[in-house]
Amino acid sequence: MKDKEHVIGKSVKRVDAFEKVTGRAKYTDDICDKSSYTAKILHSTVAHGIVKSIDTKEAERIPGVVKVVTCFDVPKHYFPTAGHPWSTDPEHQDVKDRLLLTDHIRFYGDDVAAVVAENEVAAAQAVRAIKVEYEELSFVLDVQKAMEEDAPLIHEEYPRNILKHTSINSGNYEEARKEEGLIKVEGWYDTPTVQHCHIENFICYSYMEQGRIVVVSSTQIPHICRRIVGQALGIPWGEVRVIKPYIGGGFGNKQDILYEPLCAYLSTVVGGRLVKLDISREETFVSNRVRHAIRTHIISYVRPDGSFAARKMECFSDQGAYASHGHSIAAKGMGAFPQLYPCPNIEADAYTVFTNKSVAGAMRGYGIPQAMFAVESHTDDIALALGIPPYEFRWKYLMPKGYTDGFSKNVNYFDSFHQCLEKGKEHIDYDRKVQEYANQTGEIRKGIGVAAFWYNTGVWPISLETSSCRMVLNQDGSVQVQVAETEIGQGADTAYAQMTAETLGIPFQKVHVVSTQDTDITPFGTGAYASRQTYMAGFAIHQTANLLKSHILDTAQELTRHTKQSLDLIDGNIVRLGDEEILMSLADLAEEKLYSLTNNGHLTAESTYQAKTNAYSFGCTFAEIEVDIPECRITLTNIVNLHDCGKLINPQLAMAQVHGGMSMGIGYGLLEKLLFDEKTGKPLNDNLLDYKLSTFMDHPELKGDFVENYEPTSAYGTKALGEPPVCSVAPAIRNALLQATGVAVDEIPLTPHVLFRRFKEEGLL
Amino acid sequence: MYDIKALYEAESISHGISLLKEHPQAQIIAGGSDVLVQMREGKRAGAELISIYGLDELRGVKLEEDGTIRIGSLTSFSHITKDPVIQKYINVLGEAVDMVGGPQIRNIGTIGGNTCNGVTSADSASTLFAWDAVIEVTGPEGVRRLPIHEFYIKAGKVDLRSAELQTGILIPKESYEGYFGHYIKYAMRGAMDIATLGCSVNVKLSEDKRYLKDVRIAYGVAGPIPMRAVHAEAAAKGLEINSDTIEKVGDIVLEDVTPRDSWRASKAFREHIARVLCKRALKQSILLAGGVIHE
Repeated sequence: MKDKEHVIGKSVKRVDAFEKVTGRAKYTDDICDKSSYTAKILHSTVAHGIVKSIDTKEAERIPGVVKVVTCFDVPKHYFPTAGHPWSTDPEHQDVKDRLLLTDHIRFYGDDVAAVVAENEVAAAQAVRAIKVEYEELSFVLDVQKAMEEDAPLIHEEYPRNILKHTSINSGNYEEARKEEGLIKVEGWYDTPTVQHCHIENFICYSYMEQGRIVVVSSTQIPHICRRIVGQALGIPWGEVRVIKPYIGGGFGNKQDILYEPLCAYLSTVVGGRLVKLDISREETFVSNRVRHAIRTHIISYVRPDGSFAARKMECFSDQGAYASHGHSIAAKGMGAFPQLYPCPNIEADAYTVFTNKSVAGAMRGYGIPQAMFAVESHTDDIALALGIPPYEFRWKYLMPKGYTDGFSKNVNYFDSFHQCLEKGKEHIDYDRKVQEYANQTGEIRKGIGVAAFWYNTGVWPISLETSSCRMVLNQDGSVQVQVAETEIGQGADTAYAQMTAETLGIPFQKVHVVSTQDTDITPFGTGAYASRQTYMAGFAIHQTANLLKSHILDTAQELTRHTKQSLDLIDGNIVRLGDEEILMSLADLAEEKLYSLTNNGHLTAESTYQAKTNAYSFGCTFAEIEVDIPECRITLTNIVNLHDCGKLINPQLAMAQVHGGMSMGIGYGLLEKLLFDEKTGKPLNDNLLDYKLSTFMDHPELKGDFVENYEPTSAYGTKALGEPPVCSVAPAIRNALLQATGVAVDEIPLTPHVLFRRFKEEGLL
Repeated sequence: MYDIKALYEAESISHGISLLKEHPQAQIIAGGSDVLVQMREGKRAGAELISIYGLDELRGVKLEEDGTIRIGSLTSFSHITKDPVIQKYINVLGEAVDMVGGPQIRNIGTIGGNTCNGVTSADSASTLFAWDAVIEVTGPEGVRRLPIHEFYIKAGKVDLRSAELQTGILIPKESYEGYFGHYIKYAMRGAMDIATLGCSVNVKLSEDKRYLKDVRIAYGVAGPIPMRAVHAEAAAKGLEINSDTIEKVGDIVLEDVTPRDSWRASKAFREHIARVLCKRALKQSILLAGGVIHE
């Protein structure tokens, strides 16, 4: 029997490539009817306070203004916003702390009132004309100050502003650190508040149809959106329909419910008319979600050979003003710590703390970029303290092959870390450079650094993992495929088409992935988040394709009179096993079945797969830099990421994920930080000029490579890649700076301002 | 959608001036890369605009008979960079404006707009200060010419009187003949950024190229408006070219610069960078002029 042609593992063109490059692809704003009203939000101009009164008279007189709604008008249904699967156990439900509009202002940019107008200009004029009287309260911006006894309380139910505190205790840290001859290494590591900066700002529109509310939204999570709009408006979830067209990026910001409930509500107060809410870039920075800034304290007690005796970690995660994804982020970061370099005696504490700042939520990497900056910077600090080369230290002590995590049941099946390190070392010519850059003097110095990470693919066993899929056969032998895991630019639809073609046995071109999710039509599922798309949807696609194939072969048996067991579907044809004779095409079969006057039928399959596994994804970054000491500036000259994300479904798309993540990591390490005014809490750089998102000019060529170890738990051998590429970039750059200058900088971004201060402290300037 | 009350389009310079007289509250708009941004932010929402963008007579670079380089105020940054007269005589100006924003902004943004904005960070301004540029304005009373340092009054405020338009920027022959210059924009990223500090230096060397005959050092963001480092310039004149001279001149700039503390950068950081950039730009200018720097 000749080898089957495989489409898995091939860099086929994206299914949406032509639509997107020609501009034909329709995004939310493109499909919003031009008759829509425009809504705009009035955001608070104090960081903490109570709204005493709002005068809307002048705003209401502006021509074109239809309706002004304030925090005093909206229903008081507190709702959660996190894009987590719902839990039927009240103990595990997300914190319900948001209202559509609020009179208790908790950050500069909170939502006070909204205007619906006939056009954008009238809406903007009306927002400027609304007069708000605040009773100002004292506010707190620093995460540790917020935990002090006398700090302003942001939510009454949370003493010392602590949303949640969890711990890990294994072995006996206090006893173990008493061992003779241990070396103590201690550090504090700070990561910044950053924003996702997806190209398409958040946008949605809403209208009423037959008494129900329809929301079209640029969201990653349509089914979750339906649930939360229902919760926020206090209506049955089935009365909400959410449609998700193409979206221009999300990176986790749109894994949160942002303004869909408000937009839906505004439609209800203008008679169900179409209302559009198009969020500006400034609002995206301030009033959407940001990445948690986390301050991490690590103490390691190590033996002179580098082996760990005892380790302690404390993380202080800046939640901002509302709970959103909350403690999940800090907990995930802390959870990575004991596993990356296994140590028998661990004490770890993570605190997620409210501050009067922009709300932190999900963002690509979900706590791991923060944790890896701390842990991998600390690893180089240990290596330096012991005089062990940092590469060798990692080679010796990173999570070994065979390591198993008791909680998730994850297994490190292969020797992934060693394979990644070795491959990366060759790519960047590490050994030669690390020697060449030792002991430099002068104004311009070079350095090379490395950092590693591990990442979980999905959210099991913390949360539900489920995916449902539907496939429908057409007259010509092509199929539609639907899943609830959304295409958000990452190429998921293409991977799904490849999986379907592979398992069903039809040509790739014959698979039509329905890219739009519509909660009235699309099978239930939770959306795009974690790095779960190919892994989780893969199960449901595999299962459903086999189910459809079985139905098809039943029909083939009817039509060919050969037993099903002797038939297969290969490349769109019904083939008799044994002699490989093509008996009929799938198109002929489908046409016959759909129009049969004797045995008519609609061939379709639908199934759910609940995953009760998770999978470790591994990798590392090597970064090479040039440091201009007088200019206090780092130029990244060379960078390579290595990943073991299992079997690649589409190598070219996988590489695109790697490039995108690396770019985000470069900005995280060198440039990006959202700043808040100490005196007022006002965000200072809420635009793309003052917030220094990196540009092409700040990137060297981005290199990536893979180690393809087939993941045994996965339907197609694949595991996380969406988020992993961002995780180890920043510490690799920081460690390169350490090699170049001997200066350890324990905060990112490594801006000239920070380098100026540190170089002065270390006597380089 | 922009909140614009009215838009009037000038058909000639004199028409533009009469429109300005008729609508004294109106804002002049050229490329729009600043004005429209401000309108979107609500700062100039509801404004009347007078567009001078159609006035082609204000576009282009000319070498006048007396050797003066005339840059029409509506000349875009990208046209300045590519212009043969600029490249031949004052190439540094073309290099400086090539660091404004990104390609789209450089295609639409004009040098007149860049200077009339009155901001200290304008990439063209420090280099124009270094070349002793003359600003030409045209108004109801006719044409006025004034040195660029007089044109800048204070942050955001330039000497444009009622119903006046900036029509040209002139670099006299004696300002550039024999001079070579270099500009360094110090920004936080490699493109799409405003200067944290900008330093433009030009030099004229003695005939034997061993001495600094003249040095001009100009800064953006070292004070509320672009400025010259007069103490450092005076100290540099006549000095022998060597690395000590460069160090010395670079350190004296601290007597001239007056940067402020802001969240964008601290005063101490800007002062440090002012010295570093001066030394590097001075060194580069000397090399361009054919000088050799001995240790």
